[in-house]
Amino acid sequence: MSDVANNRISGIWSGGAKAKILAPFLTAGYPSLDATVALLRDFERRGVRLCEIGIPFSDPIADGPVIQASFTETLEKGLKLSQVFAAIRQYREQGGQLALACMISYSIVFRHGVKQFLADAKSAGFDGMIVPDLPLEEAKTFEPLASSAGLANIMLIAPTTPAERRVEIARHSRGFIYYMSIAGITGERDRLPEATISAVQELKRETATPVCVGFGISNAATVASICQVADGAIVGSAIVRRITEAKAKPLAEIVGHVGAFVGELLKGVE
Amino acid sequence: MTTSKFSHMPVGGYFGPYGGQFVPETLMAALHQLETQYRSALADEAFTRELDRCYREIAGRPSELYFAKRLTEHCGGAQIFLKREDMNHTGAHKINNTLGQALLTLRMGKKRVIAETGAGQHGVATATVAAVFGLKCDVYMGSEDIRRQALNVFRMKLMGANVVPVTSGQCTLKDALNEAMRDWMGSVEHTHYIIGSVAGPAPFPEMVREFQSCIGRESRRQMLETVGRLPDVLVACVGGGSNAAGMFAPMIDDAQVAMVGVEAGGRGTKLGDHAATLTAGSPGVLHGAKSYVLQDPDGQTALVHSVSAGLDYPGVGPEHSYWKDTGRVHYTTCTDNAAIDALVLLSRTEGIIPALESSHAVSEALRLAPTLGKDKIILVCLSGRGDKDANEVAEILKRRGE
Repeated sequence: MSDVANNRISGIWSGGAKAKILAPFLTAGYPSLDATVALLRDFERRGVRLCEIGIPFSDPIADGPVIQASFTETLEKGLKLSQVFAAIRQYREQGGQLALACMISYSIVFRHGVKQFLADAKSAGFDGMIVPDLPLEEAKTFEPLASSAGLANIMLIAPTTPAERRVEIARHSRGFIYYMSIAGITGERDRLPEATISAVQELKRETATPVCVGFGISNAATVASICQVADGAIVGSAIVRRITEAKAKPLAEIVGHVGAFVGELLKGVE
Repeated sequence: MTTSKFSHMPVGGYFGPYGGQFVPETLMAALHQLETQYRSALADEAFTRELDRCYREIAGRPSELYFAKRLTEHCGGAQIFLKREDMNHTGAHKINNTLGQALLTLRMGKKRVIAETGAGQHGVATATVAAVFGLKCDVYMGSEDIRRQALNVFRMKLMGANVVPVTSGQCTLKDALNEAMRDWMGSVEHTHYIIGSVAGPAPFPEMVREFQSCIGRESRRQMLETVGRLPDVLVACVGGGSNAAGMFAPMIDDAQVAMVGVEAGGRGTKLGDHAATLTAGSPGVLHGAKSYVLQDPDGQTALVHSVSAGLDYPGVGPEHSYWKDTGRVHYTTCTDNAAIDALVLLSRTEGIIPALESSHAVSEALRLAPTLGKDKIILVCLSGRGDKDANEVAEILKRRGE
């Protein structure tokens, strides 16, 4: 447990720090692992503190068309989990300090064996796990295993989650709580439902664990408005779409194009 | 019966180590609601009475138990009986489940249903109940299956359902299931997802098996009435496994009854050439449940193949995984070619054109019958009729020069 309390994710808000963060999402290996590592370095240089790395899966349920297409393309190129771990290790060996959360389907974790997977993820340099298809009931045995491996198991709360259950999930979530702003799949929306703000306010009253909001956030204005109540905003599809736009270009141009967008989004937390 | 070692009631959504609810948090409230409503419905006489009426008046149940005399003589061994689910309204066992879930949808006050479909039989059965009860209906279907099953696509549309083509992944059943699940993530408050097999998160595997158990209950009674004893062997095809679960579960405690589940052996034993999940797969997590799956070593779902769109699925219901591990049911495979041969033989000897899915079970019966004495009885679940496959089969026979 002490490992988790001290890891890079928990460190962002340690000692009651009131940090507001932007957490960009990257599909591992899209369009290449070199690009993933280069983007991490760029984000870090711009002041990002936490990044989500999505591990491509053949049958994602919670992801919208943009992220799903990136998964499909990456898998068609033959990306293997061991290569993702090697790239993260390389990023760490070169001094990378971003907090990294591994977003992955439980299908893959289970296939590798839970303990083995957690040990490998930790040793590669991950700080936390986000397993969207592992709800509270199934996570009760997973969370202690993640904690003893030194990984924060970040759990998700949905707008459809009843109040009592929300408190229970908050109690089991480590690092931060991932609040899904909409009942649905990932993807860009122009603005967030009004209800999101009040739901996050309510959740903040119920827990001391930081709350980050994801699903549907696509611009700096939304990042700013959500961060008035939340501790962070997670942006996925809007970033992956920009990678898709630039993916045929040289690496430096991909990084420039996507980095500039993340720079824009960061204005929402300044 | 509840004290059985093959207990019908899963514990906390699990059959032994298989089952569970591996879905996004967004869906958990709906699964809890469904479970509560399902349990209260089963305990409600008015619900079961209404379901019985629907079985009778809409599905046309009970389906007949038929002694396949000429097929039996052809094989020269055990007597082959057929449970005629092909004679149900809409032409397959799928209607049993959609009637049950449609009544639950009404009970939950939801106005829209969605479904995934492979061969189109479940889609047609869902479109049918949607029309009967005035529900809005969207059916997700892989674009490859839409091509293979044009007749069923037309039937669904004729009954007012919207057929949504799925172009992701392999464009077949598993991808249709993913898309339906995504729809449900965003529509869960007013929409019920009628999963068509004993797969998916709890309580679907148990609930679908329960709604399909009319197959096995009737069979059990009909065998006792007409022959005076239970069959020696039950044979059913297994894709997700709903007709097999419905046939097996009511006789699971009758130790003298052997049970065989027949998976799609496709065109070979190499990963990607078949859909034999229990025979060739290993435990994993797919579509909300822990069960046997066909995966590559990295945990990605494997490509699958079967001549039959309804068996073309890389997963299987968790209860089947449990029955496999406990040894209660034996699982085997039948190749594309053997299934076609069985389809032709049953058509010629009995005047029954079986669905390609069901032909897998018929094929296994043909193999078994000569190995057993004439006093033995094999009961095959003839899960559906073959009209929908006519074009596909005609093409295959043409290629084979028949």
